[in-house]
Amino acid sequence: MASRDDIKFLSNPTIGNSRKKYCRFKKFGIRYIDYKDSDFLLQFINEQGKLLPRRITGNSLKYQKLVAVAVKRARHLAILPYVTDLLK
Amino acid sequence: MNHYEVNFIIDPVLSGDEIKSTAKVYETLLVDNGCTIVHVNEMGLRQLAYSINKRTSGIFYCIEFSSPSGTIISKLELALRRDERIIRFLTVKLDKYGIKYNEDRRTGKITSYKKKEKRKTDGETVVAEKPEAVVAKTPAPAPVPVEAPVPVPVEVPVPVEAPVMAPVINEEE
Repeated sequence: MASRDDIKFLSNPTIGNSRKKYCRFKKFGIRYIDYKDSDFLLQFINEQGKLLPRRITGNSLKYQKLVAVAVKRARHLAILPYVTDLLK
Repeated sequence: MNHYEVNFIIDPVLSGDEIKSTAKVYETLLVDNGCTIVHVNEMGLRQLAYSINKRTSGIFYCIEFSSPSGTIISKLELALRRDERIIRFLTVKLDKYGIKYNEDRRTGKITSYKKKEKRKTDGETVVAEKPEAVVAKTPAPAPVPVEAPVPVPVEVPVPVEAPVMAPVINEEE
């Protein structure tokens, strides 16, 4: 007998339940983005080392600009690569 | 008084003493020009993300200092540019948040961001730990570490998986 647990979903039921994006800097009151902290900056770049857009990270314009500056400084200091593949 | 931060990468082929003396040169240069050194952070040997002058690693130094005027910066950068032992440098002016951040960093209020770890248990992906927070810098006297949740949707445990598993077991029985 098929029990309640055996029911398969035809589509992923979590689709459409996506949480609202927010700016983490505003939410947690982070005012300074450290360009030497490579692990933190990795959240804002993709596998090729490119900056992720705001529509994905959810950053506000003010902090997206600061993130961009921090990533560029990190690239200059060879903390992050300019071009790469399979960064993550 | 302006606060600055100068980062430079020293050639790793030098001996330990030479590296120390190189860093000392710039410390004395700053002090001689009326700057007060707030902190010297030696980050040690690190891998470079890309090769510079055919070097793949370097010794990172970061000197934080305050200066009554900005004229020292051009002198400092000229000296760094002429120095063959330095493979890369960057000078940054710190705003008040940057100064606060560096202070908190030194006193251990802020720890560097740790990567979250994913763990597999019983065929179900579980996000093991939330990243230990980059501590929120609130003006409140005792900053409470706030856990930074992941904004980009991380692998949501797919509910289809569990039901798929069940019939397989039944067949075995």
